[in-house]
Amino acid sequence: MTTALEIASAVRDPELPVLTLADLGVLREVSEQDGRVVVTITPTYSGCPAIDEMGADLRRSLISAGFAEVEVRLSLSPAWTTDWISDEGRTKLAEAGIAPPSRVGPVAVGPVPLNLVPPSRQVACPQCGSLNTSEISRFGSTACKALRRCNACSEPFEHVKEI
Amino acid sequence: MSFDNAYESLLGHEDAHWAFGTGFSEALSGVNREFPPGVDREALAAYCLMLGDDALIFSQRLSEWCSRAPELEEDIALANIALDLLGQARMLLTRAGEVLDRDEDQLAYLRDEREFRNVHLAEIDCGPGPGGDFGTTIARLLVFSSWRLALFSRLRGSADPVLAAIAEKGLKELAYHRDHAAQWTVRLGDGTDESHRRMQAGLARVWPFVDELFATHPVETRLAGVAVDPASLRSEVDGVLEAVLNAAGLTRPADTRAARVAGMAGRDGVHTEAMGYLLAEMQHLHRSLPGAVW
Repeated sequence: MTTALEIASAVRDPELPVLTLADLGVLREVSEQDGRVVVTITPTYSGCPAIDEMGADLRRSLISAGFAEVEVRLSLSPAWTTDWISDEGRTKLAEAGIAPPSRVGPVAVGPVPLNLVPPSRQVACPQCGSLNTSEISRFGSTACKALRRCNACSEPFEHVKEI
Repeated sequence: MSFDNAYESLLGHEDAHWAFGTGFSEALSGVNREFPPGVDREALAAYCLMLGDDALIFSQRLSEWCSRAPELEEDIALANIALDLLGQARMLLTRAGEVLDRDEDQLAYLRDEREFRNVHLAEIDCGPGPGGDFGTTIARLLVFSSWRLALFSRLRGSADPVLAAIAEKGLKELAYHRDHAAQWTVRLGDGTDESHRRMQAGLARVWPFVDELFATHPVETRLAGVAVDPASLRSEVDGVLEAVLNAAGLTRPADTRAARVAGMAGRDGVHTEAMGYLLAEMQHLHRSLPGAVW
């Protein structure tokens, strides 16, 4: 029999369907006892409109796999950052034409530094691999993405922006 | 889902995929929601309303720009910022509602003006209405996000686990908003004569509402260890604003203070004329059709 963890891990993100919730790093815990499953997920952004959809998808997948009782819980801490996206997730994003985020590392304690110019990041074009790319828009079609353009092959592409 | 009747698919089938995030299930369903021992719950609820209403009302103002910003990218940017703030508001109102026994929708849609606790800076018209333009909106976003970022940075250490978690979650969002506003301030301030003039005018418009952000309210005094005293944020925020204005070639307006009513302002439920119009638009659907859901 497939475990609840395996089923929950295979559920896809509603807005980035190339990724599973596990790849995205929002699936925090799955526990199973006597047919009752408790799944804990965390939002990417406070206002992420897909969070209800994620919960519904998890519930639907687990119930159709035979688990009678499914509870989806939300956790806020530790907060999600793009560093929670798995290596496999990053590969899948790039293959789908979406530039994955670079690693940010832990946040320093104290005042958050101000960026008066956009931080220069080496973002490779997912089509041709060129590092000669520039930002078109700091915000994109979903809360987690920015829009960029490749100056070598001229293709626009989405970038999961680092937070 | 049937395509015979376009409305049928909107009627709440459990697996409807036509729009995300319109189910609005509980915002804090699995978060540890125990109250810290000895906390003044009434004050905690009032404090959550203050911070929640700041986000909710400013979110409403920002979303007015959608389809009216100078370029498509800014429609998307301001709407995304509004969405982040709406998410913060949902969690904070839900926390307040645990004490007040009301849910987030009741708090957002069924309170009257005098029950809202947001600062005036969040509610005034800075455009696209007659009260300002894009430069004014960027000036407000710069001040608001610099202040709220400093506040959330300290709120991470709150004795209330829910406030601490909401602050940790919101911190990076606010840092991104502040950077966005700061970069626009530099671009406009250091741009053409016209963009410089309008950015400077935008700062003049919002500056009288800055003082209120740092005024300590009795609710904050009653919540030592849980709430952040806004007076403690002033020097950090001033430093950030100074750095941005210097880079933009803009002048910090003289410190004037918008009039209060008998010493009271937004935190006491006393609002500017703009608030009634804002609430009428925000609440009218829910009040006209009680219990309406998407």
